[in-house]
Amino acid sequence: MPSEGDYAMKSTAVNMTEKEYLLPGNRTCPGCALSLAYRYILKALEGQVIATVPASCLTVLHGMYPVTSVTVPCVNTPFATTAASATGLVAGLKALGKEGLTVLAIAGDGGTHDIGIQALSAAAERQTDFLYICYDNEGYMNTGNQRSGSTPLGAISGTTPILGKQQNQKDIAAIMEAHCIPYVATVDASYPLDLYEKVRKAKTIRGTRFIHVFTPCPPGWSFPFNNTISIGKLAVETGWVILYEVEDGVFRLSEGSESVARRGNLKPLREYLVEQGRFKNITEEQIEALQHWVNARWKRCLDRAANS
Amino acid sequence: MLDGNHAAAEGVRLSRAQVIAAYPITPQSPVTEKLSEFVEGRELEAQYIAVESEHSALAVCTSASTVGARTFTATSSHGLAYMHEMLHWAAGARLPVVLACVNRAIGAPWNVLNDQQDSISQRDTGWIQIYARNNQEILDSIIQAYKIAESVYVPVMVCYDGYVLSHTEMPVDVPPQEAVDRFLPRYKPHTILDPANPKNYNLVTLANPRINAEGVLCHGYMELRYLLQEALQNSRDTIVKVGREFGEVFDRSYANMFWEDRLDDADIVIVAMGSLAMEAIVAADMLREGGHKVGVLGLRVFRPFPKADVAKTLEKSRLIVVFDKNISYGLEGATCSEIKSALYGSSARAVIRNFVVGLGGRDVKAREMVDAVNKSLLSVNDGDLNREYPEWICAI
Repeated sequence: MPSEGDYAMKSTAVNMTEKEYLLPGNRTCPGCALSLAYRYILKALEGQVIATVPASCLTVLHGMYPVTSVTVPCVNTPFATTAASATGLVAGLKALGKEGLTVLAIAGDGGTHDIGIQALSAAAERQTDFLYICYDNEGYMNTGNQRSGSTPLGAISGTTPILGKQQNQKDIAAIMEAHCIPYVATVDASYPLDLYEKVRKAKTIRGTRFIHVFTPCPPGWSFPFNNTISIGKLAVETGWVILYEVEDGVFRLSEGSESVARRGNLKPLREYLVEQGRFKNITEEQIEALQHWVNARWKRCLDRAANS
Repeated sequence: MLDGNHAAAEGVRLSRAQVIAAYPITPQSPVTEKLSEFVEGRELEAQYIAVESEHSALAVCTSASTVGARTFTATSSHGLAYMHEMLHWAAGARLPVVLACVNRAIGAPWNVLNDQQDSISQRDTGWIQIYARNNQEILDSIIQAYKIAESVYVPVMVCYDGYVLSHTEMPVDVPPQEAVDRFLPRYKPHTILDPANPKNYNLVTLANPRINAEGVLCHGYMELRYLLQEALQNSRDTIVKVGREFGEVFDRSYANMFWEDRLDDADIVIVAMGSLAMEAIVAADMLREGGHKVGVLGLRVFRPFPKADVAKTLEKSRLIVVFDKNISYGLEGATCSEIKSALYGSSARAVIRNFVVGLGGRDVKAREMVDAVNKSLLSVNDGDLNREYPEWICAI
């Protein structure tokens, strides 16, 4: 466990690096939380990074040949291969004796929960020395919003167009924690300092590190693009997203969720759901089921936090 | 004495591959076992990655290659099929990966024995394909493959027949490391991923050329594809040159795209690829005893296909009998199609017959090849140059 002193120098908007690695004017949609998150991820890595990206919204952000909006080296790789590609980067750098670089594998929820999970699970089992970040917009947004393994119960998508999705999303951070890796964290693009600090911490750890980033998607979720930050905050306040870290197996709630815990109660999930058009056909039973799921998960996290 | 898989592993060791990623599959598994033994025993300074699938194996190789490492993977059959997407990717990204394909039949139904359907199915992925006739050629071809791939920036697949070669011991000369180092210098990529000079590889690329931030017009997708085709077209000269240089250092010359056996006076030519080309020599011996002037064209390089060389060599043939251990369903054996295509527009007026043989490890006897040639000779008198579909040497 790192001591309090290790992180005494809290990141603020003032002491954060001014250098930008993500140039303005990229091709993402207005209000894109991924664009916000990626900016802070790259700042935290301070340019000492080689990234690999599968087919995803991030491919769109990176631009079209011969113009890119990103000033770090990056190799685009087929959809299922993010973690395998990162493994190759790590192995190649090691074989050539190059040290001091973070290999960043960064993929969406489709590329992580679904088509990329085999390669990711295997790379984590091999304890490959990379930072894997999943930005989760809860669907295949780059292909026009089809359901993924991360789409929530009751959400309308391109492939659940009338009834909405009939199943819960899978908890990818818990799945990754089960791989006994040294660092798992959850972050939310509406909490950029928390995100920034966790990436900075992850960069100092060896082995497979996994960060789950919650990235609200205005067109996919049907909310006005100026509401991205408030939707992200509501997600934490309702317990839909829980901000935490698991470092060498030790669980800790992070500040955003800790302050919700201090207040003592979650906001009703309904407040989060009604802000988004994708839940317009959700039934009362589904809301109840989701609320039950959120409550159970929240209690589990509070218990873990109290016992660690 | 080395079996084919061991010969392949020795070739990789001598080539000083730096990143090896592989997933076990019959009959390739002994290659990966031998290589991991080399790495754990410090006989080879490399990163050995035991991946969870062939798809990941090649993804590890492509990305390791983008940071400048020399990479290797090996597979067979379903494994190669599972890699299909990444085969395209490696060639499209112009990465000099070397892959050994231990040729095996593909299901359904399950079959672990030899034919060449697996690598033939991948012929349009943009890889150079070299086929070995024996275990010495496996070892030698892998060393040459790195020199070819790193010269032309096209990945190379070295194919050899499962069991027939992979699990059969033969005398193999393993050259000394110093000699291989002289022949094959360290890989010096023209560009790598490096934060000091950040680049994005494999970005979305539009069909048409597009202007970059400095106002320079850059290639569109179509131009990039043209360049890959051009690289394969031009690689013929590199393959022959590398084969000649190999001969100068190791006394075994590969300055050819195919092996010629008694073609000088032959008016009947048997065409075969891989170990079948050795069996064809036995068949040719038997036919010569019967008074026929028979030679063998043993295809060594299937991609790029040596159209001009083949046309020139076969121009005077009266009968060409092509044996294929593969079938392009609905048409004929793949090498037969290529031979016909090479001869179109030449002065050749040969009768061409195609026999599909040896699928799923079905034994191919020299006697059967002789019978096939004798049967085909009957059509020479009929003037029946071509047949719509191939004949099969099987029970139906």
